[in-house]
Amino acid sequence: MTRLSTVLLSASALALAALVAARLGPTVEPPAGPDLGVVAEVPSAAQAPAEALPAEVPAVEMATVQGGVYRPLYQTATGVAEVEVAPFALAVRPVTNAEFLAFARAHPDWRRSRVRPLFAEDGYLGHWAGDLALGDAPPQAPVVNVSWFAARAYAEWAGKRLPTTDEWEFAASASATQADGRADPDYARTILARYSRPTPNPLPDAGQGDPNVWGVRDLHGLVWEWTDDVASALVTADSRQSRDANSRRYCAAGAVGASDFEDYAAFLRYGFRGGLEARFAVPNLGFRLAADA
Amino acid sequence: MTRPILLTIAAVALTALLGLAAFRSGGDAPADGDAFASEITLPEIVGQEVAVLTEAPNVPPPITRDHATRVVVEMETVELTKELADGVEYTFWTFGGDVPGPFVRVREGDLVEFHLANADDSTVPHNIDLHAVTGTGGGAEISLVVPGHETAFEFRAIKPGLYVYHCATAPVGLHVANGMYGLILVEPAEGLPAVDKEFYIMQSEFYTAGRFNEPGLQPFDLEKAVDEEPEYVVFNGRVGSMTGENALRASVGETVRMYVGNGGPNLTSSFHVIGEMFDRVYGEGGTAVNQGNVQTTGVPAGGSTIVEFLLDTPGRYTLVDHALFRAFNKGAVGILEVTGDEHPEILRSTPDA
Ligand SMILES: [Cu+2]
Repeated sequence: MTRLSTVLLSASALALAALVAARLGPTVEPPAGPDLGVVAEVPSAAQAPAEALPAEVPAVEMATVQGGVYRPLYQTATGVAEVEVAPFALAVRPVTNAEFLAFARAHPDWRRSRVRPLFAEDGYLGHWAGDLALGDAPPQAPVVNVSWFAARAYAEWAGKRLPTTDEWEFAASASATQADGRADPDYARTILARYSRPTPNPLPDAGQGDPNVWGVRDLHGLVWEWTDDVASALVTADSRQSRDANSRRYCAAGAVGASDFEDYAAFLRYGFRGGLEARFAVPNLGFRLAADA
Repeated sequence: MTRPILLTIAAVALTALLGLAAFRSGGDAPADGDAFASEITLPEIVGQEVAVLTEAPNVPPPITRDHATRVVVEMETVELTKELADGVEYTFWTFGGDVPGPFVRVREGDLVEFHLANADDSTVPHNIDLHAVTGTGGGAEISLVVPGHETAFEFRAIKPGLYVYHCATAPVGLHVANGMYGLILVEPAEGLPAVDKEFYIMQSEFYTAGRFNEPGLQPFDLEKAVDEEPEYVVFNGRVGSMTGENALRASVGETVRMYVGNGGPNLTSSFHVIGEMFDRVYGEGGTAVNQGNVQTTGVPAGGSTIVEFLLDTPGRYTLVDHALFRAFNKGAVGILEVTGDEHPEILRSTPDA
């Protein structure tokens, strides 16, 4: 297992393809390109699974995030220093255990015992008591231990999508009163203080945090969140890009490529994303929904 | 796989040396004439063992093997809240639950199989950069591990010396400031001279929002860290780690070796033992004894030193960072309690003289 994860950490499409071959046997074609061709194989909401239980798509309040210019922590390959973020809608809180349970009811392929190893590692929904039993996991706490594939499948089921990293970061850079709160030392201090606490067990309910200027809560200090493009950055086939992705994984890169040396909270998030693989299930990593405005 | 890379490194190093030599027309050659080996010979790996890891101030026993082996090291990164001083709490990020992390002892030429797990309840990912590793990031790039996961890598301990290891996950300063460092000794193939007592001491700073000794749970203060103005400068992770009941102990006539590291993240230590001289110093944690009778030795951030001395006379010897306000106002104090027969011919009080 450890050998396997070491291989995976090289995060190349090649490794992923090899994994697919190893897991599913020689008859399965490896996924096509660097653009996550594997997604096509993910059980889709369009399929009608035999053991699906009736479950309504949970409604969640969506806030409108007005667009703006966002300066990513790391410069892109083309040297773009600023990114224009179009207006979009973002859920006011992360998806909860109860909501994900409804999804698992409707989609047996995403239950713990049924999920394909390619799409979620051991530990997927590991904090639940069973396929359709939350056990000690609080229903209103954010769902965690979900892979990127599962988060995307949920979003598709809900008729929405995951936010891009740029969208997420743009929304997260807002303070209670300003679209860009990062210049406010209190904002940075508060966020850092929240990050430097062990993860509570069980997690508190979602939606309890103070809203930012867009009315969005819990972007900081509750759980980490998947973004739509975080995993694709890790399975790119382009060796130069994959080297860039790798270089974000450790310290030197943290000092060399960054645009804002003092945004330590953003460093933490980029550091976290750098350690992820699309099939990972992590005890403090969940997701929230987004949609085009 | 590793060998061609090593050869390349050696070749580059040699080229650099030759280039350097060209500039040195004046003839002030380096003290050590055969500074660069043109080829590194990797010894055969025989057998396997699990590394003994110790918590400071303890050191694993000397290696008696006369061959290289595969050494398995298992470490876990743990985030936990505990005391930095009496009544003062801090959320430490650690290797193994303690600051500093465990002492690792391997032999020159060993193949180290390193397993790094990150605890389920960790908030952030971690990795490890061992200064004993030759290669990109000292292992950091291939060891990044998110909460609830484990990773593994292998390296050859090709260069003996006393090395710092630390977490190097972005933002690296924060991970180090929170306590993620320790020491790994790559013991020379021929071993180190036998001594009676060995100790593991690591200095570091903490940047808390509250002033020194202000009670309660203290968050990290980024501004103080950037300004290099710590509230705490401590040995072995907390005020009082080596005082009172925790004092180091030895006897007159014993030889002592201290493996001293500095996790930083910012300050260089002026390491001193009040009332003693270091008979021998392996400067900066390298392999050569480069000085005798040293009073105060510098330990750079992210560096180390090895000091050895014979205990001639009993007493309470105080370990300090001789940048004295760190010692007496910020916590950098430890005690070595030495018992045994008095030696008035070395030091005595003569009030009537
Ligand atoms: Cu760390």
